[in-house]
Amino acid sequence: MTALQRVLRPAFRRLDDWASRVFGAAWNPLHNLGALGFFFYWIVAVSGIYVYVFFDTGITEAYDSVAYMTEDQWYLAGVMRSLHRYAGDALVVVMVLHLVREFAYDRFRGARWFSWLTGVPIILLVLASGITGYWLVWDQLAQYVATATTEWLDWLPIFGEPIARNFLAPDALDDRFFTLLVFLHIAVPLLLLLALWLHLQRVSRPRINPPRGLAAASFAALLALSLVVPATSHAPADLAKVPTVLDLDWFYLGLYPLLDLWSHGTVWVTAAVLTLTIAAMPWLPPFRRPAVAQVDLDNCNGCARCAEDCPFNAISMERRTDGKPFDREAVVKGSLCVSCGICAGSCPTATPFRRAGALVPGIELPDSTLVDLRDRLDRMADAAGQQVYVIACAHGVRPEALRRPGLAVAELPCVGALPPSFIDYLLSRCGAAGVYLAGCAEGNCHFRLGDTWTEARLDRRRDPGLRKRVPRERVRSGGFEAHQASRLRQSVEAFLQDVRGLPPQEVPSARQLGARLGRAREAGGTGSP
Amino acid sequence: MTRMLRYVGQAAVLAAFVAVVGYFSGNPSFRHFPEGEALLKVSFTHGGDRKVECRKRTREELAELAANMRTTLDCPRERVELRFEIDLDGVPLYQALLPPTGLAGDGPSRVYERFALPAGPHVLDLRLRDSRRSEGFDHVARKAVEFAAGQSVAVDFRGGEGFRIR
Repeated sequence: MTALQRVLRPAFRRLDDWASRVFGAAWNPLHNLGALGFFFYWIVAVSGIYVYVFFDTGITEAYDSVAYMTEDQWYLAGVMRSLHRYAGDALVVVMVLHLVREFAYDRFRGARWFSWLTGVPIILLVLASGITGYWLVWDQLAQYVATATTEWLDWLPIFGEPIARNFLAPDALDDRFFTLLVFLHIAVPLLLLLALWLHLQRVSRPRINPPRGLAAASFAALLALSLVVPATSHAPADLAKVPTVLDLDWFYLGLYPLLDLWSHGTVWVTAAVLTLTIAAMPWLPPFRRPAVAQVDLDNCNGCARCAEDCPFNAISMERRTDGKPFDREAVVKGSLCVSCGICAGSCPTATPFRRAGALVPGIELPDSTLVDLRDRLDRMADAAGQQVYVIACAHGVRPEALRRPGLAVAELPCVGALPPSFIDYLLSRCGAAGVYLAGCAEGNCHFRLGDTWTEARLDRRRDPGLRKRVPRERVRSGGFEAHQASRLRQSVEAFLQDVRGLPPQEVPSARQLGARLGRAREAGGTGSP
Repeated sequence: MTRMLRYVGQAAVLAAFVAVVGYFSGNPSFRHFPEGEALLKVSFTHGGDRKVECRKRTREELAELAANMRTTLDCPRERVELRFEIDLDGVPLYQALLPPTGLAGDGPSRVYERFALPAGPHVLDLRLRDSRRSEGFDHVARKAVEFAAGQSVAVDFRGGEGFRIR
């Protein structure tokens, strides 16, 4: 973890936690930053289409038509103009928060490089969309933005004639220039939409719509802002005068003052270094790339559950290659796999009850095998039958925080990596009084969807579901941020008390436990429960 | 947290969010240009003479060329760099050698410069050399300009018209 992440991550965890308490996990705006970005984009698009109906392209007509909307038709076109501006600003806010949050949680390395890298042009296209929009009003701010932008672009030795000469004097500009600007202001956002589509290509089931309630509340807040503080223009542009004092939109134009402070070359170098650094971050140290999931064809029956559950579309179902009587087989695209193990949790062959042959499921992580997990759980087995097993997510509360008699803690890359049959195994064969699944905070799964699939499997809404014979009251799950150790301890403690109040479980015989402990010793463990 | 408290919290968060959006959408103000000054912009695009004068090809040289390439004049494309100077009230304000653009150095030279000047009357002396000569200038102009505070004055140059104030 970098020093910056060490500062940002705890801050975001606390913010996430606080926002989840206020909004609920599903409505938490921090869990929906990308979806809110899409929502604000659509508000900008719809309000922009309405505003375009009234907009005239021309040196004086552009300003006059915007003034008409703002003053004469303030109740609709004026509100639409304000929504257009404020939703665009809100888009920048959620975009930056989304970027910083993904950085803080280290969710940009490995297979996630594609989403990160495609996010970089999105930032540039969002800014370009906003900046071209400010030109169209053709007020003093537009004059400043147009002049400063073209002077900056002219630093590049690629233009035959300086573009800034278009703004040299009042007679230098003609109406056709606005036609070009309108084209740009429509084309760039369309390119942005294409970039957004690309951004989501390697994400399974991306959330591009926020929950309706959150969307409605956000829209109402922006509408209220538009009514209370309508967007207005500066004085009309006049190329015979210099714009002096400007009310900048700092979300889009925040870097423009640098053009007055630094040379254009310095600003270019700074912008290029910043952009390239952000783009290169997935490949910068610290390097870590856990082994990706592996398919064992002997145990794969081509059921496709792993492909269904993979949060990054890393598994595809291909034509069978081993002659077995199944149509398809799972194939892992290593470059897309984030090593979450959710595929192993979904595999119907991942059952610890297997007696014949070794416990090798159709798919699993080589660094976190299920046979290893079963051996770990066997070693923790308690003949007294009063022990609660906590299966903890490696990205949540540290297992050390739960050390106490009566609790056995095993860590997995994601709680979604636990096949539900292991819960049955723990309760029926290991003498567990209960099983507690401690995942990431709700809606904030480090690997996406792990918490969602776990709940669905426990509730038997998704295959492989928890077997009906498993007493549901002995299984509980909860989502916790890494800093919420005390809250997790309280929840587990309450669960422990609850299960101790239940009728005693059938405790496995000493012979059964001994047999499993012997197997655990053979596997290299200590064998001490 | 009670339901009412949650609603209050949600409203507060959204209000804070739009307050930040609304405020930074137009605040704080930024002074781009100093008070009491005027802006002088000097810009033109102008091609200098050829660096080497055209010469007539000999009969032998023409014979060596392909039939479709036999033009009588041999004119190397490269142009001279321009020497451009501005004096403000008799004091040098800007002096530059403007190289021709293009990979072959055959494009026009270009300049775009901005100067913030105190408001008031000023005299501009403009000098441009665009020929192969090594001393002196081909275009010279003296312009008396009254600069008002906040005014933007442009100086342009065109081959046929010379320097002009816009």
